[in-house]
Amino acid sequence: MTTTIKSLVSLNHQKRNRERVLVRALTFIFAFVSVGTTAGIIYELLKETVLFFQEVSIIEFFTDTRWTPLFASKRFGVLPLVNGTLLVAAGAMLVAVPLGLLAAIFLSEYASERLRKILKPILEILAGIPTVVYGYFALLFITPILQDLFPQTQIFNAASASIAMGFMILPLMASVSEDALSAVPRSLREAAYAMGATKFETATQVVLPAALSGVAAAFILAVSRAIGETMIVAIAAGQQPKLTLNPLESIETMTAYIVQVSLGDTPHQSIAYKTIFAVGMLLFVMTLVMNIVSYFITKRFRERYE
Amino acid sequence: MFAKVRPLFFLLVVAGLVLSACAPAATPAAVTEAPERIVEKTVIQTQVVEVEKVITPTAGPVEGTILVDGSSTVAPITQAVAEEFQALYPEVRVPVGISGTGGGFKKFCNGETDISDASRPIKPSEVELCQKNGIEYIELPVAFDGLAVMVNPSNNFAACLTVEELKKIWQPEAEGVITNWSQVREGFPNQPLTLYGAGTDSGTYDYFTAAIVGKEGSSRGDFLPSEDDNVLVQGIAGDPNALGFFGLAYFEENQDKLKLVAIDNGNGNCVLPDLTTVSQGTYQPLSRPLFIYVNRARVDQKDEISLFIDFYLKNAGQLSREVGYIPLTDEIYALAQKRYDNRVTGSIFEGQGSTIGVSLADLLAKE
Amino acid sequence: MSTTTLIRDVNFERDLSIRKIKGKIFEILAFFAVLLGIAMLLTLLIDVFFDGLPWLSTRLFTEFPSRFPEKAGLRSALQGSIWLMVLTAAMAVPIGIGAGVYLEEFAPQNRITRFIEINVANLAGVPSIIYGLLGLGLFVRQLGLGRTLIAGAMTMALLVLPIIIVTTREAIRAVPRSIRQAALALGATDWEVSRDHVLIYSAPAIMTGVILAMSRAIGETAPLITIGALTYIAFDPKGPFDIFTVLPIQIFNWVSLPQSSFHGLAAAGIIILLLVLLSMNALAIWLRNRLIIRW
Repeated sequence: MTTTIKSLVSLNHQKRNRERVLVRALTFIFAFVSVGTTAGIIYELLKETVLFFQEVSIIEFFTDTRWTPLFASKRFGVLPLVNGTLLVAAGAMLVAVPLGLLAAIFLSEYASERLRKILKPILEILAGIPTVVYGYFALLFITPILQDLFPQTQIFNAASASIAMGFMILPLMASVSEDALSAVPRSLREAAYAMGATKFETATQVVLPAALSGVAAAFILAVSRAIGETMIVAIAAGQQPKLTLNPLESIETMTAYIVQVSLGDTPHQSIAYKTIFAVGMLLFVMTLVMNIVSYFITKRFRERYE
Repeated sequence: MFAKVRPLFFLLVVAGLVLSACAPAATPAAVTEAPERIVEKTVIQTQVVEVEKVITPTAGPVEGTILVDGSSTVAPITQAVAEEFQALYPEVRVPVGISGTGGGFKKFCNGETDISDASRPIKPSEVELCQKNGIEYIELPVAFDGLAVMVNPSNNFAACLTVEELKKIWQPEAEGVITNWSQVREGFPNQPLTLYGAGTDSGTYDYFTAAIVGKEGSSRGDFLPSEDDNVLVQGIAGDPNALGFFGLAYFEENQDKLKLVAIDNGNGNCVLPDLTTVSQGTYQPLSRPLFIYVNRARVDQKDEISLFIDFYLKNAGQLSREVGYIPLTDEIYALAQKRYDNRVTGSIFEGQGSTIGVSLADLLAKE
Repeated sequence: MSTTTLIRDVNFERDLSIRKIKGKIFEILAFFAVLLGIAMLLTLLIDVFFDGLPWLSTRLFTEFPSRFPEKAGLRSALQGSIWLMVLTAAMAVPIGIGAGVYLEEFAPQNRITRFIEINVANLAGVPSIIYGLLGLGLFVRQLGLGRTLIAGAMTMALLVLPIIIVTTREAIRAVPRSIRQAALALGATDWEVSRDHVLIYSAPAIMTGVILAMSRAIGETAPLITIGALTYIAFDPKGPFDIFTVLPIQIFNWVSLPQSSFHGLAAAGIIILLLVLLSMNALAIWLRNRLIIRW
């Protein structure tokens, strides 16, 4: 009798172990899909980038201050495009981070369950509005307002795109942060209240630090999105690559340039077309470096409870 | 937990598929035995539109897919033709893409498309690619695009500009230098000059610079470019100091917001772009021809393509007008038809890609 | 002795009121932040509705695009978008959640895992058009799928995968260890712990990630044009291996046309797009609310 039970239990264990191994293998493959994607992207970009750098010097690419591959006299200095990208992204984060974080804290700490159930989905709608709509909204609504406030604002400018982009990213920042904040166990809050802290003090000095890794993850996702965003800047920020810190001027970002050329009339064998792969490669490397750095930073801040 | 989710998931999938299945099919038009010319009159707003349809007898029902891609400038014309053609032959599908002239040629020379829309002639590198892949093409002009130069309606001094003056404004040396209207011509007021133009990667920009400055892609860098002409309309309409260029179709839709500038091509005549001047070729140098390139082999292999091209050439005049472009002259259409009927391949521009200052009629007649 | 106690009380009372006021101000600010987001959304929606409402009609669902605004509709684009969403979700959701589970539950703390994690984080920031270039080279050309719905869906799946993976991981990470340990103590394998306990608690947050991901996918224009999603389609797509167009592309095309009627039509198209989005969101939110467990 004991042997039968023992063998039944053993069979059951074997089955469950097999299942476990199978699932491990399957999910490992799924996780590796991301590696495959990166490999694919690098291959596609590198193919043409190599050909590009056979004709244009790397030094010129990184140090020249003018970007004019589509003009008759071609110059290949990528700095103006990088400047444009960073200018717009910084502006967008200026909008999205404070508003997003504040919204997240409100939803997680102050709002009633019912209010939260209503407000959170409404904010998420902001994320779903197609970027072309944001682009035209920036161009047709935000820019005229900016032009009234600051008459030197050009019809294409970095600020409009930044504002629209900030609001597009806000739900990402708010939602993911709010999930992180809600996940902090109630016991931590209750301990703080027991010590005499106000709600504000608990939220900002206890809950927020506890959820920091989640908030940091939200921040990184948001910055990545801001740097990689294409249509808003293509429509509202302009097509004039230039080195400037003035957000009221027309600039061009790396992504807008890639869209402009790949959908345009340039023959696909020309050097001008190859530039999009070089710019794409640079974009890819930039976000990669940024992510490696932030990965190590967030690892330090992660806290576990219980 | 998953059991609860499953029924809803299925519902969503089914809903999506039902939408496509339930859509009512279009009523098929009758295909008659003998060829007949049907001229259909439709009243659209205040215009009476006449579309000439040629129905030719075929062995069986005409069906298949004709893949078109390329320039977003030419696409509205091709779409109009496709719309009328599909109404006539409902079993034929004619999807039209807007990958751009360059993207269109790449796909065309890879054999991925049947017809390529192009706002410029084929370039040498593209000719090479087609040759490499054994793709022969028939080059056919289908309409003119008028490039209009515009100013803000409050501008009452720049009614006519010469090509020389435009060159002075737009050439690379003008960057940072020509910033005021008074520098353009003696007697122009002391007003700052803001420039708007088509995006630097568009055929419009390439053509404008080739025609005005003399070299494609050669212009100053400090103007406000946009790929979307509607934005240029808005920019110029709101800026009294503005000067810009883009497709005539966009002017026609916004006549109250913009003022057209007549162009003097060096002979003292100030010509405004309109139906006659562009079509007849008196509005120079800013009239550019638009093309389609057809895969020569497939014309004979697929009935639907040969019928479509025939239909295209016969109706391009009327339909291009409807979507804001200028028809070619009857003479040029006849020459194009002849070129197509004889299946003449290759480019009349010898793959050089430029059409400034050449007469389509002359080039076509040479073949 | 009694005087010192009194001073301490007075100081405490004053400080407490200051602290409470600070808290109130903060609460108002935070609420304002939420309001500002909603206000922006409302402004945008009102703007769109104003332009689009006159053009909203059943014609938009039943007619194909046309050069006549009175005859034009979104039939082909609507079907394309729905097909694309379903196919993308079918691929991205299982792979994304599976990858998230692996990274959070099974992955050992070694170099390979770190490599995968950096990969995922990085991919979240790659511009959508680069995915388009990848999709064109790999799915359309190399795998010979052509410019079909399936190629588009695969491209979009790759695009949204990182979002699903990252949010799944965060969701799983939030589940307290005590629940895991309790299940393990009762003899469950690590996979059984995930399947029967952890995933149930993290399901709502995972749904958030899926909502955000699909919202992103539905509005994408540039990568789909790059892989060959076409603008003018006057027929119903017959299945995943057919050519297609999507709502944002059709809207983008209409907005660039010179006739102002098409701008109104584009706005109407945006309204429909938002309606599709809303129903997707509503479904996911309903699911999320049913699955949430607060501990």
